[in-house]
Amino acid sequence: MTSPSLTPGAANFWMDQRPSEPSNEPESPAGPALSPEDYLSAYRRMLLVRRFEEKAGQLYGMGYIGGFCHLYIGQEAVVTGMMMAKRDGDQVITSYRDHGHMLATGMDPKGVMAELTGRRSGYSKGKGGSMHMFSVEKGFYGGHGIVGTPAPLGTGLAFANKYRGNGNVCLTFFGEGAANQGQVYESFNMASLWKLPVLYIIENNHYAMGTAVERATARAEELYHRGLAFGIPGRQIDGMDVAAVKAAGEEALESVRSGNGPMILEALTYRYRGHSMSDPAKYRTREEVQDMRQHHDPIELVHKRLAELGQNDDELKAIDKEIRTIVNEAAQFAQDEPEPDPSELWTDVVAPEG
Amino acid sequence: MPVDILMPALSPTMEEGTLAKWHVREGDAIRAGDVVAEIETDKATMEVEAIEDGIIQSILVPEGTEHVPVNRPIAILQLEDDEAPAVGAPTAPPAAPAQMQPQADAQDIFASEPAPDFGETEPEVETAPAGPQAAPAEPAPDTEIPAGTDMADMTVRQALRDAMAEEMRRDGDVFVMGEEVAEYQGAYKVTQGLLEEFGARRVIDTPITEYGFAGIGVGAAFAGLRPVVEFMTWNFALQAIDHIINSAAKTHYMSGGQMRCPIVFRGPNGAAARVAAQHSQDFSSLYAQIPGLKVIAPYGAADAKGLLKAAIREDTPVVFLENEILYGQTFAVPRLDDFVLPIGKARIARPGNDVTLVSYSRGLAYTLDAAEQLAEQGIDAEVIDLRTLRPLDIETVLASVRKTNRIVAVEEGWPICSVGTEICAQVTAGAFDYLDAPPLKITGADVPMPYAANLEKLALPSAQLVVSAAKSVCYREDAA
Repeated sequence: MTSPSLTPGAANFWMDQRPSEPSNEPESPAGPALSPEDYLSAYRRMLLVRRFEEKAGQLYGMGYIGGFCHLYIGQEAVVTGMMMAKRDGDQVITSYRDHGHMLATGMDPKGVMAELTGRRSGYSKGKGGSMHMFSVEKGFYGGHGIVGTPAPLGTGLAFANKYRGNGNVCLTFFGEGAANQGQVYESFNMASLWKLPVLYIIENNHYAMGTAVERATARAEELYHRGLAFGIPGRQIDGMDVAAVKAAGEEALESVRSGNGPMILEALTYRYRGHSMSDPAKYRTREEVQDMRQHHDPIELVHKRLAELGQNDDELKAIDKEIRTIVNEAAQFAQDEPEPDPSELWTDVVAPEG
Repeated sequence: MPVDILMPALSPTMEEGTLAKWHVREGDAIRAGDVVAEIETDKATMEVEAIEDGIIQSILVPEGTEHVPVNRPIAILQLEDDEAPAVGAPTAPPAAPAQMQPQADAQDIFASEPAPDFGETEPEVETAPAGPQAAPAEPAPDTEIPAGTDMADMTVRQALRDAMAEEMRRDGDVFVMGEEVAEYQGAYKVTQGLLEEFGARRVIDTPITEYGFAGIGVGAAFAGLRPVVEFMTWNFALQAIDHIINSAAKTHYMSGGQMRCPIVFRGPNGAAARVAAQHSQDFSSLYAQIPGLKVIAPYGAADAKGLLKAAIREDTPVVFLENEILYGQTFAVPRLDDFVLPIGKARIARPGNDVTLVSYSRGLAYTLDAAEQLAEQGIDAEVIDLRTLRPLDIETVLASVRKTNRIVAVEEGWPICSVGTEICAQVTAGAFDYLDAPPLKITGADVPMPYAANLEKLALPSAQLVVSAAKSVCYREDAA
């Protein structure tokens, strides 16, 4: 896919008014394909994220979920493809659009949804909420509310991998907005200097809250080159194609794991919903969103490929139904569970003695 | 199978809205993602998207209907796939737990913005409905406003916007910089209209790079410009704190008075609603500790306006701490061409004789409410709004304590080394002989802010706690 064509609103004194350079076409690997089994698996995983997020949006509308709630709808192929490429032991860390990452690492939808509703059975006992959930068991290290922070934190997880010599890689996700932060480049420098096993995945959904990538980013069309000065190779991939993501992820992980130092994958993707629940999203047109949904939807793409492979539609419908049941059960659980005990206000502030 | 489409909450505190427009008619087939309706609140128009594929069986609420309560069925959707379990909204509006029910739609630009429901002990001012029913607790008339001045009702949000606009008209060196301040009109709409009036040279959208743009602001101030740097919230200013403390605050001193840094760092500070530990915290005492800064934390709209104008004219760097939940609240503001207040002056928000209650920013809401409750119980509290935390107007506090002989300091921040801690220490040193009871402080709980609704409520102070503390220093038997 190419970047959505977006014209900055007002003429801007601070920005070069020359026409932008022709954008690089993504290095789309010549149609990597998955096996029918992998497509089916991808379909199931992506559908779980989609339906879960739709349900979260509903629960927010009904007042069960409060505060910030950043939905991942539209971006499902990125985390799904990467999770299909990683191996057990690899860690995952991201910022606050994180529900998809949790589900993709195998965290229990009930526990995630119960955290969204602030109940005691949530992954953080109801104390973290949408942006702050963790599962060391699944290798998911959050869930961080502050833009850019996953970059050094993920680099630190990778540092520990090298220190211990365990052969694991940290998959470090952040957005294109975060890619402008200084801490990202400090991390790049040390990761390259010390040949750390970290794979940076820039999820470029084209909007940092209400700011289109071109309005905030120099040479916005080539974020994957942001590591070149540090000797970190990068690659731009179609983040709406789970097969492309998985193939690129496997290749990158192999290189990183073998001790070549960090790599960057820039996944071009798109979020259908607002930045958070109450974002009126006046900064883009309805047509743009509809075009993405109709022509670039990552789940529709897998559905189409499965059909081309002769997949029986009844089996897909059965998966749809199964996923809806899982999500409905999670939602019911998240509404039925009690709130945390009031004494929990004072627990977990510091580590237990001894 | 048919499912109801419910009136959605567009923010945690929305209670009702106007169903402005239907984009579909009865009988229309819709797909998930299609816009079915537009809903208006007082701050935004939001589009409602279908979550399911299906056919609109009937429309229950015609367009143009005002005051449609959240969770009322507005249409019935016939799902495409009859076999699928209902994933649309249930046919009967579920009863959300009481403490999680949407509250007054104070403002809803951002999910976290409006006032949370902290429970029945909360003063009304904090959950003021959008309608005319409740007005925020109004501070006592200000002696700084000439008698007979015409007053206009305005929100804190408008007052801050007007302060910036007036100063930008007055001085071409004043500019505003931050995330989403220009084209988006401000993440919390505080900079609404500034881009239109002053253009992109003076109202500048930045990338999400606080460390960088705070430093750029400081550099521009070194060169004599007067930047107003907006942090979307003060939580994000943690990434920029090196420039606030090391670059802005110290340079005048380090240069022997040669270098000036006339910059204002502003944005919402303190607890918001249900946004948890990393987005809900009060940095007042942290900045109040820093020599070389002036720190302002207003409550009402008049103070917000008069003090922000003063801050922009100030040659010392100013940390200006606003409050997200106060943005949408309305107060009387003098209609004066150039209303500027002095930095470093507290004000008596409510005169009284029996006990001194000192607070600032949103703490005033609890405190004024507590004072009303105390009055009903025969205790005449004097309420002081500090307004400025550095320099601290301790003289006004001491004068009050010499009269009342009792003091309770109230704030939302953490208790250790807090503003209240400082007040108590200075009062003990400066008015020891006048005190009839140990000074007390009411603060937020000494924990990171929890997400769960019930725990969040427990983590914050309340009017009830202030009442109890006031009664305690008055040695009233029924003190809780």
